[in-house]
Amino acid sequence: MNTEQYTIQTEPYYQSQGREVALYEAAYAARLPVMVKGPTGCGKSRFVEYMAWKLKRPLITVACNEDMTASDLVGRYLLDANGTRWLDGPLTTAARIGAICYLDEIVEARQDTTVVIHPLTDHRRVLPLDKKGELIAAHPDFQLVISYNPGYQSLMKELKQSTKQRFVGFDFDYPEAELETLILAKETGLDAAMAGRLVKIAGVARNLKGHGLDEGISTRLLVYAATLIKHGVAAQDACRMALVRPLTDDADIRETLDHAIDSTFA
Amino acid sequence: MTEIPLIVPIGTLPVTEYQHPLMQAYWVQLDTQFKPVEEVFEAVMEEALALLTRAGIKDYLDAARLIGKLGRGAEPMLAFLEAWPSAASTLGEAALPEIMAVIDKMQRSPNSKAITPFLQTLAPVARSVQTQAQMQHYLALTLDFMERTTGSIHGHHTTFPSPGLPDFLLQAPFLLSQLSLGGLKNWVEYGVRNYRSHPERQIDYFTVQSADSRAVLQRERHGTLFMDVERRLDLYLRGLWQDSDQLVPYSSAYDEIRKPIPYYDKLGLRVPDVFDDRAGVTGMDRYRVVLAHMIGHRRWTTTQVADNWSPFQRMAVEFFEDCRVETLLCREYPGLHRLLLALHPHPVEAACDPLTTSCLRHRLAMLSRALLDPQHGYHDADLLDFTARFHALMAEGEASTGAIATLALSYVARTRRQTDQLAKVHFDDTVIDYRDDNRQMWRFIEEDDEGEIADQHRKMDKSEELKGLPPRHYPEWDYQSQTYRPDWASVYEGLHPSGNAGDIDSLLQKHGALAKRLKKMLDLLKPQDKVRIRYQEEGSELDLDVALRSLIDFKGGAQPDTRINMSHRTDGRDIAVLLLVDLSESLNEKVAGSEQTILELSQEAVSLLAWAIEHLGDPFAIAGFHSNTRHEVRYQHIKGFSEHFDDTVKGRLAAMQAGYSTRMGAAIRHAAHYLGGKKADKKLLLVLTDGQPADVDVHDERLLIEDARQAVKEVDREGIFTYCINLDPKADEYVADIFGRQYSVIDNIQRLPERLPELFLALTK
Ligand SMILES: Nc1ncnc2c1ncn2[C@@H]1O[C@H](COP(=O)(O)OP(=O)(O)OP(=O)(O)O)[C@@H](O)[C@H]1O
Ligand SMILES: [Mg+2]
Repeated sequence: MNTEQYTIQTEPYYQSQGREVALYEAAYAARLPVMVKGPTGCGKSRFVEYMAWKLKRPLITVACNEDMTASDLVGRYLLDANGTRWLDGPLTTAARIGAICYLDEIVEARQDTTVVIHPLTDHRRVLPLDKKGELIAAHPDFQLVISYNPGYQSLMKELKQSTKQRFVGFDFDYPEAELETLILAKETGLDAAMAGRLVKIAGVARNLKGHGLDEGISTRLLVYAATLIKHGVAAQDACRMALVRPLTDDADIRETLDHAIDSTFA
Repeated sequence: MTEIPLIVPIGTLPVTEYQHPLMQAYWVQLDTQFKPVEEVFEAVMEEALALLTRAGIKDYLDAARLIGKLGRGAEPMLAFLEAWPSAASTLGEAALPEIMAVIDKMQRSPNSKAITPFLQTLAPVARSVQTQAQMQHYLALTLDFMERTTGSIHGHHTTFPSPGLPDFLLQAPFLLSQLSLGGLKNWVEYGVRNYRSHPERQIDYFTVQSADSRAVLQRERHGTLFMDVERRLDLYLRGLWQDSDQLVPYSSAYDEIRKPIPYYDKLGLRVPDVFDDRAGVTGMDRYRVVLAHMIGHRRWTTTQVADNWSPFQRMAVEFFEDCRVETLLCREYPGLHRLLLALHPHPVEAACDPLTTSCLRHRLAMLSRALLDPQHGYHDADLLDFTARFHALMAEGEASTGAIATLALSYVARTRRQTDQLAKVHFDDTVIDYRDDNRQMWRFIEEDDEGEIADQHRKMDKSEELKGLPPRHYPEWDYQSQTYRPDWASVYEGLHPSGNAGDIDSLLQKHGALAKRLKKMLDLLKPQDKVRIRYQEEGSELDLDVALRSLIDFKGGAQPDTRINMSHRTDGRDIAVLLLVDLSESLNEKVAGSEQTILELSQEAVSLLAWAIEHLGDPFAIAGFHSNTRHEVRYQHIKGFSEHFDDTVKGRLAAMQAGYSTRMGAAIRHAAHYLGGKKADKKLLLVLTDGQPADVDVHDERLLIEDARQAVKEVDREGIFTYCINLDPKADEYVADIFGRQYSVIDNIQRLPERLPELFLALTK
């Protein structure tokens, strides 16, 4: 098995916000399954990537969607010239090679799919391949990480208690203004003063959460805006394009954010 | 407007027995025998108890009793009972005496007919003007109008009522949605001045019919109205300043001598009710600047004891402090600077002659300009010196009100002139109109804050949660003036009483053959709802197409797709349905050539439809409605969306009864309120009726037809598809006006039980 392809070669840039790195290391040392919660684009994926690099473990990421079946995770038989051949799914591969398996946006997957992770996430640490009649004991280095955005929560998209209660959790949120400014500057090379203004505008939108906005401007969108500015787009245009237009169609809120942009870049 | 018939109290009516002793006591206090009042009394009291204080309840009932004794029938009393609790929660209970005084004046003049429209529009007017002070302007305007147009027709003294007053009062909510109070004042002034002695033309003007009436309305409708931008201002406060507070508008049109200035206190931020664009700054941005300035004080200004300083000193401290907070504001949002400079006057240095005039204001306005504007261009040495000292102080950080006051005092000491005391003051270019009056900056040792405590008390009452189910008020469309009458119809909802469920079962049995036929159609409908999900690894059956393709791939040596199965999902049909059944008196009539009444046939039809929809599994609700004047539209739940077609529901269907009239628009709006809340791709509102909308308090036939048409348009915008099943042979005269093409007229009513479900199935196929 070529585990090389799953290994992260260069250090991803991750700006820690608190003690999450040390706590994650502790969870990993005990091989506890981890859940990272937080709004979209706040750095969850980046954190997991960074931890995989730091712990020197291969990382297998699966973006979940509602069409995903258990076989997409576990594996399936393929036909070939000599009959059939078994192909491991990403979860099985991770369990065999001792990788960190990251199921991104787990709530998107159907509930009958999510239950396949249950035997892997309790003391058994096994994965039954029903079709193959094989029971895999997970590699000692294997760890399961899931992410989800509590903002999406609806009756349809809610993790079952029996699933939730198998994980230790990390709560993420958008970083403090100073940190976020630093992240923008480091990630895109934008100067700190300009980055600070972007963060300020994001703050305006975040203040409006619940008053017509479901979610504020994400760090990811800020990175987009910063990147556009670095490519020579005028700051006001970049902000409108990356921060306001994707966010909402509510005319009053757009107008307020546009005004905030104009007031910030005099 | 059509005059509403008076319902004369019958002296022999027994005193109503209310279950609750307290309710009984309130009823006795009201001291009336008006039947229509009795019918809504408990409901209006529930609302009143939720919104008014204990003392307020007493005043409320006293006032209502008084109004009931004016000899104008039940209508004004009803209007008052319905309007006051909500009006009081906006204006404060203290506004009641002023309102009663207006009623008293109307009653003592020939204008007692205006009392009813005055009360009918009180609640929406209160919502527009928002404060007691603003309401006083409205009342004064009304009285002035009344006095100037009463009895002047033939020069007789107060003998004839004002022709335009009742119409004006009915139009007031609409007018106030278009104009500031100042604009309204000008509009009224024009009408009074020009048509004082032309009764017809006066009426044309005040019903907003005549061309000049509309033209003056257009002319007065300028600037940015507070009520149009209130939400945006709230977003501005929250988003940019993480602050939020009540915004309270005031009118600047009534105080000619002392124009009101923005200010804030415990009750909120006070801003003008309209702002015109000025100096290249939009009205909207002017509001933002005013709010930003006050936010600046709230953040950074600390209160100073005023008693030790002279008025001049205080004035200087205010100018310096205003500039300090504005400097800090611009640090937060540099873009604000451009707006401030555009709005801030730029006095000419030599404009004031210090030998003959007090120049203090002029000096301070120049200084203020200089503190904000590096390009001020002034040469005065003291000004330059203090500008430099100000910037040095601010360079250290935020400074403080105390530190800036010290600087201001030394400025006064340095620049004081004898002539500052002169009576002639130079005012030109010294008013900075976006700044508040700084009342929060000062504390006078012997301050009296009793008033504020009373005000706070009211605010707490206001936020108390509503108890019970008060009526919901809906607007009604007045096609003549093309405007809504706000809060016109009161809808009371309740559970339909219950009867014997077995009756419905036997009805269904009677239609056994029909049910069988329907079942076939239903079964045809059902499988089509299934969505095939292809490319499944595991599924309920083999997908032959894909399987063959895979096999060919395999034979050809390519990697075959293993997802050769398919499965089904049955949730393709996503329709929520609400059936609104007209339960008015006319349903009790027998169908021609039959022993059955329309009601009985409707009952059968509705039962079959309910059975059919239950079979399909669509979310489905049934409600009945009828009305007895606009004060009492009853909306009765027969089946809720969450209920199954079981014995409880059948019981209610069995008890279906008909009576009263058909105020359809209100019922449609209320039904849409429920249907709109459902999550479904398609929302269908079925209206089953046997005649045209009508009610006993409306004599203009078109009115309720036009209103229903308007209601259908409104709910259409909410994504609700309305469809009418009409049993009236003469329906062609009006049904298309209301429902467009979305209707069927059932000519042979006896076939209703089969036509209704068929129609539904055809509609949702
Ligand atoms: N702490 C951080 N350090 C470095 N970069 C960060 C950090 N937080 C956010 N970012 C930046 O924000 C971007 C979005 O973060 P990421 O993709 O991890 O979001 P996410 O929380 O996984 O979002 P989603 O829930 O939408 O998947 C990253 O690509 C990175 O540029
Ligand atoms: Mg992510």
